Amino acid sequence: MAAAAASSTLHGVGAVASPKPRSAAPAAARRSARVAAVAAKGGAGPARGRLVARNAVAAKADEAAAAAGSKSGGHEVLMFEALREALIEEMNLDPTVCVMGEDVGHYGGSYKVTKGLAEMFGDLRVLDTPIAENSFTGMGVGAAMKGLRPVVEGMNMGFLLLAYNQISNNCGMLHYTSGGQFKIPIVIRGPGGVGRQLGAEHSQRLESYFQSIPGLQMVACSTPYNAKGLMKAAIRSENPVVLFEHVLLYNLKEKIPDEEYICCLEEAEMVRPGEHVTILTYSRMRYHVMQAAKTLVNKGYDPEVIDIRSLKPFDLHTIGNSIKKTHRVLIVEECMRTGGIGASLRSAIIDNFWDYLDAPIMCLSSQDVPTPYAATLEDATVVQPAQIVAAVEQICQ
Amino acid sequence: MAAAILRRLTTLTPAAAASARVAPRPLLPLLARGVSDSTDAITVETSVPFKSHIVDPPSRSATTSARELLSFFRDMALMRRSEIAADSLYKAKLIRGFCHLYDGQEAVAVGMEAAITRADAIITAYRDHCLYLARGGDLVAAFAELMGRRDGCSRGKGGSMHFYKRDANFFGGHGIVGAQVPLGCGIAFAQRYRKEGTVTFDLYGDGAANQGQLFEALNMAALWKLPVILVCENNHYGMGTAEWRASKSPAYYKRGDYVPGLKVDGMDVLAVKQACKFAKDHVLENGPIILEMDTYRYHGHSMSDPGSSYRTRDEIAGIRQERDPIERVRKLILAHDFATAQELKDMEKEIRKQVDAAIAKAKESPMPDPSELFTNVYVNDCGLESFGVDRKVVRTVLP
Repeated sequence: MAAAAASSTLHGVGAVASPKPRSAAPAAARRSARVAAVAAKGGAGPARGRLVARNAVAAKADEAAAAAGSKSGGHEVLMFEALREALIEEMNLDPTVCVMGEDVGHYGGSYKVTKGLAEMFGDLRVLDTPIAENSFTGMGVGAAMKGLRPVVEGMNMGFLLLAYNQISNNCGMLHYTSGGQFKIPIVIRGPGGVGRQLGAEHSQRLESYFQSIPGLQMVACSTPYNAKGLMKAAIRSENPVVLFEHVLLYNLKEKIPDEEYICCLEEAEMVRPGEHVTILTYSRMRYHVMQAAKTLVNKGYDPEVIDIRSLKPFDLHTIGNSIKKTHRVLIVEECMRTGGIGASLRSAIIDNFWDYLDAPIMCLSSQDVPTPYAATLEDATVVQPAQIVAAVEQICQ
Repeated sequence: MAAAILRRLTTLTPAAAASARVAPRPLLPLLARGVSDSTDAITVETSVPFKSHIVDPPSRSATTSARELLSFFRDMALMRRSEIAADSLYKAKLIRGFCHLYDGQEAVAVGMEAAITRADAIITAYRDHCLYLARGGDLVAAFAELMGRRDGCSRGKGGSMHFYKRDANFFGGHGIVGAQVPLGCGIAFAQRYRKEGTVTFDLYGDGAANQGQLFEALNMAALWKLPVILVCENNHYGMGTAEWRASKSPAYYKRGDYVPGLKVDGMDVLAVKQACKFAKDHVLENGPIILEMDTYRYHGHSMSDPGSSYRTRDEIAGIRQERDPIERVRKLILAHDFATAQELKDMEKEIRKQVDAAIAKAKESPMPDPSELFTNVYVNDCGLESFGVDRKVVRTVLP
């Protein structure tokens, strides 16, 4: 589907007669792409490309560093560009995919994720909404009920609290309460997490708020590679998916494959295989963990680092296998401590892998405080590498 | 002698004889007309002229026919009977939880349906049983859903407030006041996006009219000229709060400000039909419009509300006397001699039997299977499996 000529009216470009049928063949292709991605990605994140800043840890070289299956060498992108590529590819493939949010169109997106898309696809497919989160999220749900596949952007995940009713009651529940009649293939995405002195209301860590909504899937991306893969998978999923991005990760650079790939929504990513302790993390904390891992390796420890990626449901297969090997678990997250992702993950691990544990599960979360403005206080709000090192030393005693 | 006196005493009194003369029983088969099925157009004036806000209102002369009037009568009588039967079922504890009944408001559902096609969409809040029926919903499935049975229209998992019918573009069925309004605008957005040439009727009440998300959605609908008709079913009470106590301006049809509006007598099915037809043509050209339906519910807000603590019984009886939608159509049919009073009564008896049969059938439906607790939480996607607690040990394939 070639992107048609740009139009600034709302009559929309490539306006839809009927959506491209999702036949079995593409499904098979998607499955094989997923399998290929899984096989190729091996374990070593850093072996794939150059990740900018505080994460260069020499990975265990036992996985074939076959450059993530990139036969033609791949290309370098920043995280926001990877997300953008995913959007463009999916919007080209399926005319029912559309984007809506504040300043996503003419402004190009507050974090440039949708830069240029309005020129490519038109104002109807890349819809600039007024500042009305509750109702444009509701509109997205209604449009999904009627057959479109909207990608709703919250300029900041914190703003989506205004749309919480729509996300919880309508988005999550309509498939169930209608007895399966309606599906809501919507993607709700946006940046969250603690940034650089953005203030309390713009530095919220809200993964915990959405996790008990039935019917919703949640994923958190952390590298350009998995950002693109997860975005594509989320758009293709028939279920509503919340994709958590992070304000500080948009400029991460990495080489990603030229050919098409998607990541599995429910799978965790093995970042660094190890023997002594399983460190479970996601989003920005992955980088703090890897920085701590550098120190830990120098001290003689061999941590296994898993980026859980799928916050709902948890990939207990990967996590379980790791625990069966190392018998010690540390969870490092940026979420609020009370009722956070770590809290749920801890429960799930205790329920299932109790017999394999040699030490209590430790969980490092951000503090249960509004994020302060002052730089030193803000740093103290989130988990820092030094704390991770100390925690591993404590667990491994 | 005694026999003669008795005979005289048992003959009709003069008054009864007089009324018997007005509507004579057909004495011979040749005189038995039966109910008229004519489609010849007749013109009827709506009860009151339409009041409008920044738009020219439609004429108050509505066209209809015998066939249509009789179908209105039948449909509304069916809805009335169903709601009353639901009342009994609730009191018998077969329907639990919340049950919001629509009796009194039938003209809105029936008039709207007459003006549109099944390709147009309707979405409403929790007073949805009759909208479901108007959209072609199955009577048995409706009662089964109310009783939480497997054969319910939402498989017993939705309940009274969650009736849907996707193949008839009926989008439910929503419990949170006002939350359906943005959904309706989203449906209209999709209709515009796909250039379908269809419209969405987005229903809400006088209570929901004060929700912020309504104004947000209205702004977007007007901005992007979405083919949505916002229908305020103003039954004058938001649960227990009268409209003048909740709304600074109870002229809901004017609250769109830059969006035009019409005030319609919601108890007059022909006025409703006229207004909805007008609205559909309007929005396809010009973007959204608000229709305020001046209507009334005889029951309280729900079965938990007797409905008499905030309004007088006289008021309720008065409306039933003066403005009942079914009575209005009955009078029209009789005045035009499309059927006799007895024939209409027979129709109602038939409908009562129909409803009773549907309830009996619905009662036979079993409760949902326990496995249904976990079905329809997610949609099965590309054969993906859901891994519960342990990916290897417990595994469910998502339905």
